[in-house]
Amino acid sequence: MDIIYTIWLRSMKRFIRSKSRIIGSIAMPLFFLLFLGFGLNSVVNLPGLGENYIQFLIPGMVAMSVLFTSVFSGIQIIWDKQFGFLKETLVAPVTRLEIMLGQTAGGATTAVIQGLMILILSLLIGLSIQTIPGFLIAIGFMVLIGIGFTAFGIAIASSMEDMNGFQLIMNFVIFPIFGLSGALFPISSLPGWLGPITMLDPLTYGVEGIRYGLTGVSQINPVICFAVIGGFTVAMTAIGAYLFRKIAI
Amino acid sequence: MTIAIHVENLTRRFNDLVAVDHISFEIAQGEIFGLLGPNGAGKTTTLSMLATMLKPSEGTAMVNGIDVERDEDGVRRSIGIVFQDQSLDEELTAWENMDFHGRLYRIPSDIRNLRIDELLKLVELFDRKDDIVKTFSGGMRRRLEIARGLLHHPSVLFLDEPTLGLDPQTRNHLWQYIATLSREKGITIILTTHYMEEADRLCNRVAIIDHGKIIALDTPGNLKDGIGGDVITIKSPETAKIVETLKEPWINRMDTHEGEVVISLRNAEQHLSTIVTLIVARQIPISSISIHKPTLEDVFLSFTGKTIREQEASTTEIMRQQMKKMGRH
Ligand SMILES: Nc1ncnc2c1ncn2[C@@H]1O[C@H](COP(=O)(O)OP(=O)(O)OP(=O)(O)O)[C@@H](O)[C@H]1O
Ligand SMILES: [Mg+2]
Repeated sequence: MDIIYTIWLRSMKRFIRSKSRIIGSIAMPLFFLLFLGFGLNSVVNLPGLGENYIQFLIPGMVAMSVLFTSVFSGIQIIWDKQFGFLKETLVAPVTRLEIMLGQTAGGATTAVIQGLMILILSLLIGLSIQTIPGFLIAIGFMVLIGIGFTAFGIAIASSMEDMNGFQLIMNFVIFPIFGLSGALFPISSLPGWLGPITMLDPLTYGVEGIRYGLTGVSQINPVICFAVIGGFTVAMTAIGAYLFRKIAI
Repeated sequence: MTIAIHVENLTRRFNDLVAVDHISFEIAQGEIFGLLGPNGAGKTTTLSMLATMLKPSEGTAMVNGIDVERDEDGVRRSIGIVFQDQSLDEELTAWENMDFHGRLYRIPSDIRNLRIDELLKLVELFDRKDDIVKTFSGGMRRRLEIARGLLHHPSVLFLDEPTLGLDPQTRNHLWQYIATLSREKGITIILTTHYMEEADRLCNRVAIIDHGKIIALDTPGNLKDGIGGDVITIKSPETAKIVETLKEPWINRMDTHEGEVVISLRNAEQHLSTIVTLIVARQIPISSISIHKPTLEDVFLSFTGKTIREQEASTTEIMRQQMKKMGRH
């Protein structure tokens, strides 16, 4: 535990110091919220999901900021590799599993904090928290998304030599995961052939879980959401740990 | 005498390339041992294997009596390492980098804090302890890395090119630290370098390594004595003729390379006039002539027929060709 804490602590110190990165990663979901939310609020009609598009969009934007921050934190390992710092950790008498778990804990914490910032800003533009347990459920789902996708980032970073593949991963993996997740629109409104694909996207269940917590309504049963995103998180942590064990420097 | 490091037939291959080729040596506790060789000689690869960062392809290595392959953590606990390339977290302060290290090695917090202060004072960084490493110069970073490597009181310290890229003044400073460490704390130090002077000034014994093989291993003094006295270097367009002319019994050895004849002999001052007379008598032109006490550079030259700098140039050339080849695919 002390090693995991040590590595987590480093992530936190770096996070707190990186003001521009914090603001940068709040900016995108916030713009989405303001422009899409207010812009489409009067135009969009969501049958059966309440009448308010902003209310619908907020959980999606929270999930978005958790997703991007966590994948990014996982991929940070490549920088540690390139700037040499990873060697310092790998040559210490600690196991790779401890290092990986520390990194995951750090990434997930940062991601959840970023998500909470969006959540708090949302309160200012009209989100009303239904119930305290619901709020806690939403945070629980944010934590799961954070852990799962940080581990996902670590898995990618462990199999990449340098940052060259980063843009590719962003465009062909992360954006589709986000786009298909029902963060921006109800999954039921997609054309029929896309339906099964959205059901394969783990983030769909995360977004729906947060939505259930915050608004009390969701299209997927929250228990199923929890089972799927929970399973994804466990599987990604295992895969990430396995690939990180084999990282070569 | 306690043996700190025992290496036998240690070998490492990268595909077809034999980076380290069946090397064997022993290092006594408290010794400063140097691995001297040109770029690509296999120095870093050797250290990486001793520090458990790389698996040997063949052979055995024991650090403090622990086999590097059997008990990685045991070895890791007892060594400190300063890597060739920087390995600090630039976004943390000097103190935070030290603290991170101390926690990784599970040093209890009261001892950790005391030692961090003590070591930062030793490397004269105490007044900069709360500054972000990004703002540090190369020399300061190097000193911080050395301090960090000592934090968990290792009994063996590996220094991979500790003074590479530093100015002469900082280099001198670091040499003093290293010598003091070894003297006062009895730490065994293994350092790699391609600076002759560094190996000569600092090391109790030096292994000269080239193309993955140890080609000579002894104290710097003995290595230089092995050359056979002083060195006279004669630059001339007709080196072959000079070698032919100087068939004197008091000449221990003669090598030609790059338009120079390098002569090893005792009491060079006394023989210099004879040498010049003989050459001039045959009307062979001399561009320049110099006498010096032998250096490790001469030792390297006598074993490999090349100076370290030439060796590096040719290695760089090979690397450049390889890069080109890779680029084409
Ligand atoms: N991971 C690797 N994969 C393939 N080849 C490698 C690898 N690491 C080192 N080599 C090769 O092994 C040889 C020895 O490299 P090494 O880094 O040990 O040299 P060195 O003596 O430390 O040189 P330098 O003075 O440049 O640091 C070189 O030819 C190098 O290209
Ligand atoms: Mg090297």
